[in-house]
Amino acid sequence: MAGFDKVVTSYDDALSGLKDNMTVMVGGFGLCGIPEGLIKKMYEMNVQNITCISNNAGVDGFGLGILLERNQIKTMIGSYVGENALFEKQFLNGDMKVILTPQGTLAEKIRAGGAGIPGFYTATGYGTPIADGKEVKEFNGRKYILEESYTSDFSLIRAWKADRYGNLIYRKTAANFNPMMATAGKITVAEVEEIVEPGQLDPNFIHTPGIFVQRVILGNFEKRIEQRTVKK
Amino acid sequence: MGLSREQIAQRIAQEMKDGYYVNLGIGIPTLVANYIPAGMQVMLQSENGILGMGEFPTDELVDPDLINAGKQTVTVVKGAAFFNSADSFAMIRGGHVDLTVLGAFEVDQDGSIASWMVPGKLVKGMGGAMDLVAGARNIVVAMAHSNKGESKILTKCKLPLTGVSCIKKVVTDLAVLEIKDGAFYLLERAPGVSVEEIVSLTEGKLIVASHVPEMKIF
Repeated sequence: MAGFDKVVTSYDDALSGLKDNMTVMVGGFGLCGIPEGLIKKMYEMNVQNITCISNNAGVDGFGLGILLERNQIKTMIGSYVGENALFEKQFLNGDMKVILTPQGTLAEKIRAGGAGIPGFYTATGYGTPIADGKEVKEFNGRKYILEESYTSDFSLIRAWKADRYGNLIYRKTAANFNPMMATAGKITVAEVEEIVEPGQLDPNFIHTPGIFVQRVILGNFEKRIEQRTVKK
Repeated sequence: MGLSREQIAQRIAQEMKDGYYVNLGIGIPTLVANYIPAGMQVMLQSENGILGMGEFPTDELVDPDLINAGKQTVTVVKGAAFFNSADSFAMIRGGHVDLTVLGAFEVDQDGSIASWMVPGKLVKGMGGAMDLVAGARNIVVAMAHSNKGESKILTKCKLPLTGVSCIKKVVTDLAVLEIKDGAFYLLERAPGVSVEEIVSLTEGKLIVASHVPEMKIF
């Protein structure tokens, strides 16, 4: 690599430096927009005691679900989990700690983390079990709770198009948590469907500027569908 | 006889106004999209990143990169927009969505709602529900009035809450209720359902006017 060229050609290089006990953000909503190859590589590396921040936890045998097969996740932080039998088992056994976080609060914790903001007040969750132990503050007669933001050692994200400098464009609803996670990683690795030369993406339409991205790898995606629903 | 799920959706659809941005939750709320009055323009927001969600795709149009918040494959309408999850919840939390429809296990006379956690059952998570109830200016809850004779319209929610004092309107299989000043107001009853039946299946404080009209279900 030279200058701003972020492209790596092997998954070894893509996840070089990923170790046990790290905090890893993984993009996607359900199975939509997940970095499939990077998750598989995490599985092969068998890194352990991972704190994983992702909206969901995959399904049995696909997406983050595969990391459960070797008990790699110590703590799972997400908004909706348990679509997989293995997850349910490890959760109920106490093998894995689960921190359920409202989806919008999760998105904002990551956005704020990437933006250098350590916490924020939100009305979401006030008076509910998730507010337990959190500071409450009143603004204009309404009560808000203090939520602390998240950053990660590695953010593994998926984008549609990248240029060599790491400028990214997402496709449809495959964007979801990926753009915020890109900003919140000490090392952000983007697995993408297409890599072009600098100058070939219109600067007007870049979603994630390359400054947030350390590595880019060309992926090969299955794009499995969780709930294929068609018009009758 | 109370309303079917489709009829509850039909009644809720009457809450729509031309030009509304609407978020529909999973279950009965999703069905509301089928009853948007003709000639009215409504944009559906899906919290995973769509403004202007369309119908389910034909086989040829199925796209794994285009799903709704229930993870089902969908399409978009003309003039739609995609965005990330932070922007999506800026719309929701920031009060930009005109109408939110969601399901619930229980609501109470203070407008609190329980919809995500049943003790003893595996808790899968709240998804976007807590953000939706905290942020929406206008929420309609679609739910069963009772379960096996046990009221779900309560003095105080028994299950862990999704949000506090945030619900103002509830449509059940039996009634349309407005919540204000610490009480349920019976606005309409389902066709053929008596006020007495609604009273007997409502645990929370219920205010009943001398005349309670029937809902208009077509």
